[in-house]
Amino acid sequence: MTALSAFFYRKPKLRLGFLLSAPLLWLGLAYLGALAALFVTAFWHTDAFTGQVVIEWSLDNFTTLFSDAVYRTITFRTVGIAALVTVIDAVIAFPMAFAMAKLASPRAQRILVIAVMTPLWASYLVKAYAWRSMLSGNGALNWLSPGYGVTATIITLSYLWLPYMILPIYAGLERLPDSLVDASGDLGARSFRTFRSVILPLTFPAIVAGSIFTFSLSLGDYIAVKIVGGTSQMLGNVVYDNIGAANNLPFAATVATVPVVIMLVYLAAVRRTGALDNL
Amino acid sequence: MKNRKTRLAGLLGASLLLAACGTSGTSSSAPPGAQGFTPPKLEALKALGQPEGQLNVLAWPGYAENGSNDPKINWVTPFEQQTGCKVNVKPFGTSDEAVTLMKTGQYDVVSASGDASLRLVASGDVEPVNTALVPNYADVQPFLKDKSWNSVGGVAYGIPHGWGANLLTWRTDKVTPAPGSWSVMFDANSPYKGKVIAYDSPIYIADAALYLMAHQPDLGIKNPYALDDKQFTAAVNLLKQQRPLVSEYWSDYLKESQALKNGDAVVGTAWQVTVNLTKGEGAPLESAVPSEGATGWSDTWMVAAKSAHKTCAYKWLDYIVSPKVNAQVAEYFGEAPANTKACAEMTDKTLCDTYHASDSAYASKIAYWTTPIPQCLDGRTDVKCKDYGEWTKAWTEIKG
Repeated sequence: MTALSAFFYRKPKLRLGFLLSAPLLWLGLAYLGALAALFVTAFWHTDAFTGQVVIEWSLDNFTTLFSDAVYRTITFRTVGIAALVTVIDAVIAFPMAFAMAKLASPRAQRILVIAVMTPLWASYLVKAYAWRSMLSGNGALNWLSPGYGVTATIITLSYLWLPYMILPIYAGLERLPDSLVDASGDLGARSFRTFRSVILPLTFPAIVAGSIFTFSLSLGDYIAVKIVGGTSQMLGNVVYDNIGAANNLPFAATVATVPVVIMLVYLAAVRRTGALDNL
Repeated sequence: MKNRKTRLAGLLGASLLLAACGTSGTSSSAPPGAQGFTPPKLEALKALGQPEGQLNVLAWPGYAENGSNDPKINWVTPFEQQTGCKVNVKPFGTSDEAVTLMKTGQYDVVSASGDASLRLVASGDVEPVNTALVPNYADVQPFLKDKSWNSVGGVAYGIPHGWGANLLTWRTDKVTPAPGSWSVMFDANSPYKGKVIAYDSPIYIADAALYLMAHQPDLGIKNPYALDDKQFTAAVNLLKQQRPLVSEYWSDYLKESQALKNGDAVVGTAWQVTVNLTKGEGAPLESAVPSEGATGWSDTWMVAAKSAHKTCAYKWLDYIVSPKVNAQVAEYFGEAPANTKACAEMTDKTLCDTYHASDSAYASKIAYWTTPIPQCLDGRTDVKCKDYGEWTKAWTEIKG
């Protein structure tokens, strides 16, 4: 054992390679491999009757995806819902996280963190169905939404993903030294100026981190829409229907590349702001 | 006048359906695969062996209850005790899910509806069934045997089990007078705008086609599962026109039951089991097969070609259609039993009348789910029909 560690000590490059091999294998095989398999499948098609996948290369699926107006409508609807959910969550989460990190006593802080996390311990389905009955015609929160549909979906998703926004912002605000806020005040800044010039720029990476969660989770969701979405559907539903109903795995893969591409664009845009450097 | 025309169209459709079934079921000179495809060559089991001790069952919810949902509802345990075959049950939610799961080769028997059975036969996932090894097959209603969804070229691929209609269902307190036609769900001027609940599956396009059969006879639809370009477009357009009326589409019957109970929906398509359940919770609900007829299901227990437990599978097939068990399943699920002797075994003696169990005229009014394929199921050879893949694409488009 000591001989082995001495050997690795003398060969730092080998040591690094050895240490990294397991995570790289995981990333390469399980993660990128699955994505690659998905992308490859998108170029195949299925036998209409038996449902077996036929391995013949063609761009037909992508042609359908781009030429049919319905997929464009669904993509825009999905991105719109995801963006709105992210904005709503950010607006609700920031004051909550600020109160938790800066105003509450250490004891209250701990209780508040637990309180924010409690909903994560309950089943997604129970929470979504609870919203279904609250938003129903004779439900308690019926006034919030005109029946089931896009509005109901946005409300439900905003509720479901809120903790994923609060916790990163809370962590970011906690790292923000109080002395900076005090210094800003000493230099004559009013509270809004302090917020705009000190707090917001320093916690922006945390908000971005939260937005990655809420945006990507909304982009891929299909269960909440099925429960409170009425007749409307999102990208996830198209993927689900093509696997579950049509047994058309290749076309489902084609549709599934859409959120992947959107997320890549989003991450690239976020990277340009420099927000990812601080994560 | 209109009523008579409707009835005439219905009769015409029914007789044509019967004629179509007749040719596929009985004629021995027809080429293999009278439905337009040739199934893979597979042999039925010749004789039973020793039970293998295991059976993996893929079933609609409520078809293979083992007491886990309700300790009093259990017909799986007696089977295990009788045969020594330990049963593992996997429930599925839609026909499409069943087809996907059967491809894994992990299941020995499946309760397939007509929109799944032909796909399973064509892909070689299920094999012909030797009905001589299923004694209770003799008591199965004659009008359920040798149908286009459970046999190919006169060869049986399974044992008929139960059937029912996708009923027009309404809240009696909110919908007056009682509707006698599907037009409450399809007419653009329906007074129940935004309160309609429709089935969430591509196969629902057939419901629109069935409606058009009666209301637009010039389209020439003879079978709602055999639609050419023009007929298909008409059905899809009807559903697009229906969309603003719809409050939501259901695929989970419990979700539908809740919507009907809360009054979020007041009229829609439902199964008998949903009606029973919702009525049981106090909602004033009524259901019927309206003048145009209805789509429905006729289920068949089939044996997987790759099954390693075939003796247990045959024992299950015989057991599940035995009079007493068939009655239990039909009563629990809310459908007509296939076995003629099952009616005498029901706890509630009126049920067989409610479900029209031995009423072949009623049974022929139902357009049973069948997988749409390019070869028109109504026998036309001069046109190409839309296959299920295209039905699915259109369904996405209808929902928008």
